[in-house]
Amino acid sequence: MKLVVIGGTSAIAVATIKQFAKKDLEVLLVDINFNRLESVKNDIFVATGVLPSIFEWEISNINMQEQLFEKIIQDFGNFDVAFIAYGTLPNQEDILNKPNEIQKQLSINFISAATLSSIFAEYFEKRNSGILAVITSVAGDRGRKSNYIYGSAKGGLSIFLQGLRNRLSGTGVTIITIKPGLVDSPMTADIPKNPLFSSSEIVGKHIFNAIEKKKDIAYVPGFWRIVMFIVMHIPEAIFKKMNL
Amino acid sequence: MKSIYESWGKYPTPEYQQVINYSWINEAPDLATVIGNVLPFGLGRSYGDSCLNSNGTLVDCSGLNKFISVDWDKGVLRAEAGVSLDEILKLIVPKGFFLAVTPGTKFVTLGGAIANDVHGKNHHKMGTFGCHVNCFELLRSTNERLICSNSENQELFRATIGGLGLTGIITWAEIKLFRIDSSMIDAEFVKFDCLNDFFEINDFANLTNDFTVSWIDCTSTGTRSGRGIYSSGNFAKSGPKYANTKHSIDFPFKSSFINELSVNLFNVLYYQKQFDKKLNSLIHYEPFFYPLDAVGKWNNAYGKNGFIQYQFVLPFNNGKEALKEILTRINHSGLSSFLTVLKTFGNIKSPGMLSFPRPGITLAIDFRMTGKRTLDFLTSLDDIVKEHRGVIYPAKDSRMSGSDFMHFYPEVKEFSKYIDPKFSSSFWRRVNN
Repeated sequence: MKLVVIGGTSAIAVATIKQFAKKDLEVLLVDINFNRLESVKNDIFVATGVLPSIFEWEISNINMQEQLFEKIIQDFGNFDVAFIAYGTLPNQEDILNKPNEIQKQLSINFISAATLSSIFAEYFEKRNSGILAVITSVAGDRGRKSNYIYGSAKGGLSIFLQGLRNRLSGTGVTIITIKPGLVDSPMTADIPKNPLFSSSEIVGKHIFNAIEKKKDIAYVPGFWRIVMFIVMHIPEAIFKKMNL
Repeated sequence: MKSIYESWGKYPTPEYQQVINYSWINEAPDLATVIGNVLPFGLGRSYGDSCLNSNGTLVDCSGLNKFISVDWDKGVLRAEAGVSLDEILKLIVPKGFFLAVTPGTKFVTLGGAIANDVHGKNHHKMGTFGCHVNCFELLRSTNERLICSNSENQELFRATIGGLGLTGIITWAEIKLFRIDSSMIDAEFVKFDCLNDFFEINDFANLTNDFTVSWIDCTSTGTRSGRGIYSSGNFAKSGPKYANTKHSIDFPFKSSFINELSVNLFNVLYYQKQFDKKLNSLIHYEPFFYPLDAVGKWNNAYGKNGFIQYQFVLPFNNGKEALKEILTRINHSGLSSFLTVLKTFGNIKSPGMLSFPRPGITLAIDFRMTGKRTLDFLTSLDDIVKEHRGVIYPAKDSRMSGSDFMHFYPEVKEFSKYIDPKFSSSFWRRVNN
């Protein structure tokens, strides 16, 4: 199997790849930082025996995504699964009154991931096969006072993917929306941990299962489906007073 | 980032500590610009205050958790310093390797294992963890990165092994692995009635077993004093090779379950357990090496006041008598613990300057922290240890006096030359006060 991972140095991506590596795997990691890519490449190789290919690329730059896609096809060849696993988690308080920063966050977490999804979806549609798995977040299920900038971007992305999945229903293409809950990873390094946090390793296992089973929407780990069901059913009049 | 930065014994409680995360090996924080002093932090398994830095900065290195390279022919692994021994075992056991030396928990980092120069049940055969380190990279506060080994920056290499994190940050390390034919241990458990019997069994067992240790019942008195269970074993010559991948369940409460009654009960029951006099059994390495890892956060059982682990080593000559006296005192104190572990160290010398293990008898005991009563009692034990030329283990300590520390470790003078001036810890300030 050939797998392309955009945001290949994220802890969740690495944990997921290690699961895939139990099978016959060729993997390409694309991310913005060469040194990080090298670290992750070595780590995956030692842990699994699979030596990933790496590309350093400005992945969230929308103007360069078509070029990226061409380069992937040219250097890595056709592939079966695309996994979009990048994102940034801002400290919302720091950017509340900074329109440029808000725009940047929305652009990375929503727009650039949506445009890239379109490119991969079109490719898979032409081949009438392929799996596109994209990480959004439970934060996108409902706007919360503490995290609505990130949340709205991820929520927008979830809806985008949902529409894409609906459009491609009946074809050989699978679109998977992955909604992690709280994950203990470098992205959340500055957030104090509580028992709801899962390790990237566990989240990686669940993502691997979701892709194997071609699920539509996967909460990872699964208990977040219940948590978010409850969260989404709290009346707004009460929810807005809650400290979430 | 963890929610709380405390030591495993939860005593002492640190004052405010700033935390910086260090997760990508090439993106180190600029230590020179940090106000005040810094100390690397791994998984917080040091019992005392050697992993704390009150009113200073901790550099959390647990995100430095990537493997770098491995040579399966030579059995050599290079990994970032925040990789845990648990992660290493999951990688190497299926390939037929084990750690050359392992402490009693696998939830410590590679960097921490070096900085505390940890030891295990095979000290008499393999020495300390530091004996199996080929080289490592040390990041100093000048932002220099120095490769340290037996042939390069040799003094820093020796100072950093057992150096309690004071010489800089270990960013990666290369270790020699130990070849195994099975992940099962051919183990033997023998009950003994008194310390003399322990020594008799021990002399023989150390010759034929890679791993030896014993649990002793420190609550029994009179003729039963010093009774216990002697465990010994070797890796089996053939069999399956698999690592434990199950996740442990955390101890669910944060209140103290440990008191005189529960300790007495536990010790009686443990001694009576399962077998008559001797039991031979083929068991996975997990319960043999890491019985306590089955319960996550077991330190919560001591409640919020925490506990102190007291470990010392006494030289072989006249150590036996001192040990008897110490056990009698512990017994009378009513402060004793579930887990009292007795072992003898061999004479393999560690490269570490401040390394604790040395030939002799070592005893490790948990004491629940009851304040002054516990502290005064331990001070009285210090005197016996000192009198018999023993030393106390700094990596587990949270209370020994500065003068005792200097007395136990005259090497400190030499060691001090290699400390990074920007580095300090609560422990270091305490013993230098």
